[in-house]
Amino acid sequence: MIYRAGDDDNVFGMTPPESSRRSSLNPTILEAERLSRAVSGIAIVHEISVQVHAGEVLAIVGPSGSGKSSFLRLLNRLDEPTSGTVVLEGIDYRQIPPRELRRKIGMVTQRPFLFPGTVAANLRFGPLERSETLSDNAIELLLRQVGLPGYTPRGVANLSGGEAQRVCLARALANSPVVLLMDEPTSALDDESKLGVESLIQGIIKGSRLTCIIVTHDMAQAARMANRVMILEAGHAVRIGSVEEVLHA
Amino acid sequence: MLKHVFSGQLQLGLAQAAAAAMAALVVVLLARKRQIHLERETLVALLRGMVQIVALGSVLVLLLRGPRWTSFFLLAAMVFAAGATSRRRAKGIPGAFQVSTCSIACGAGSVIVLMTWLGVLDTDVTSLIPVGSMLIANAMNTNGLALNRFRADVLAHVGEIETALALGAGPNQSVASYVQASFEASLIPAIDSLRSLGIVWIPGLMAGMLLSGARPVYAAIYQFVVLAMIFAASGLTALVSTLLIRSRAFTAAEQLLLRPSL
Repeated sequence: MIYRAGDDDNVFGMTPPESSRRSSLNPTILEAERLSRAVSGIAIVHEISVQVHAGEVLAIVGPSGSGKSSFLRLLNRLDEPTSGTVVLEGIDYRQIPPRELRRKIGMVTQRPFLFPGTVAANLRFGPLERSETLSDNAIELLLRQVGLPGYTPRGVANLSGGEAQRVCLARALANSPVVLLMDEPTSALDDESKLGVESLIQGIIKGSRLTCIIVTHDMAQAARMANRVMILEAGHAVRIGSVEEVLHA
Repeated sequence: MLKHVFSGQLQLGLAQAAAAAMAALVVVLLARKRQIHLERETLVALLRGMVQIVALGSVLVLLLRGPRWTSFFLLAAMVFAAGATSRRRAKGIPGAFQVSTCSIACGAGSVIVLMTWLGVLDTDVTSLIPVGSMLIANAMNTNGLALNRFRADVLAHVGEIETALALGAGPNQSVASYVQASFEASLIPAIDSLRSLGIVWIPGLMAGMLLSGARPVYAAIYQFVVLAMIFAASGLTALVSTLLIRSRAFTAAEQLLLRPSL
């Protein structure tokens, strides 16, 4: 059974598929309500409605230019929706101060952007914005989580692409997000780093039961990582369902 | 050579202007060979500059003979014109005209008022307008450099800025390093002018004062005074300009407005 996106009664009124039943039993943590964005009159994201449950991993899959990244940017309000909204933990996100919202909805981008300085300074960046100082022990724990123990004093200039992306992941986790958005986190990496970072992300998600929305153009990666998959085409959500259902549709 | 060909002062002046403009156009052609296209902007600037200065020259004597209160209106008009000129350096940022005009008015205006009150600047139109225009023109250049650098830096670092925003940083923190860099870069000409004063550069004002019979030491000190005022006016303009423009680069929901496509 395939859920048809945009048809709210259908999407959320049906019995959830087996593979996503577990996560569907959890409360809804984030909900996009008819979310749209148009630029110069051209719809980039068109009336996408989806609920994401606590501990669930939702993969957004689609070809280049289908609006995957644009949709993700609307979720943490890096871009403003033309219409529709997002509800986070039951609150319309326009009522949440942008900095607090972005602290709660973390993001890891396709290219790892690190601030000049040490790995530790990068991890401290988010908490410092709220006048919180991350202890050395907390930093070391985060770095162990991403497979980089002992990297605290290292400068970021000499890190490999894979290492830089792991630091970005640890930096996002340092903010203790409620939901983590990942925009093709492995697509800018070489094959070897790609597999390492992917298995690392899988481990962290499973270990911490973190709610994640991951954008990928790789259906196999979506199948390995996600509970549910949403297919985007030209800004429209054309299918939402469990991996098996979407794959065999 | 031109003096032998043209006998009348007006013809000579036009020929000299044509020769100088040719030199500028040669540079434009050299730049064009390196795929740097300045043709339109340079041509417009040359023509505008020529028309404006000739127009001013035609009425300058009348303006300089006017009552003292006319200085205020003339300087205010210059501030608005300067704001309109340098707003183009912040293309894609809303409110660039207001930012530029306000910054130049704060920077050059406050220095002119303070120095007039202290007696450093004479209130005569013949003194206030030329020196005031120098301060406004330099403030305009500084403002243009600051806006241009800020815009270029933000466009080159959109990823870094949005990463900072995504981690919960505010707009001010996200662009702090680019604000600082644009402020420093905009003051390079003013600082270098002060540094090279009397070694690389013997300014026209000082030469004019010497020719009109002022004591050389006083003329030199006054030239330093003018350059120090220029630095103060430029620095204050850049401070205000960079502070104002950073908030204009973001929406109320703290989303970056400047994008490479703009």
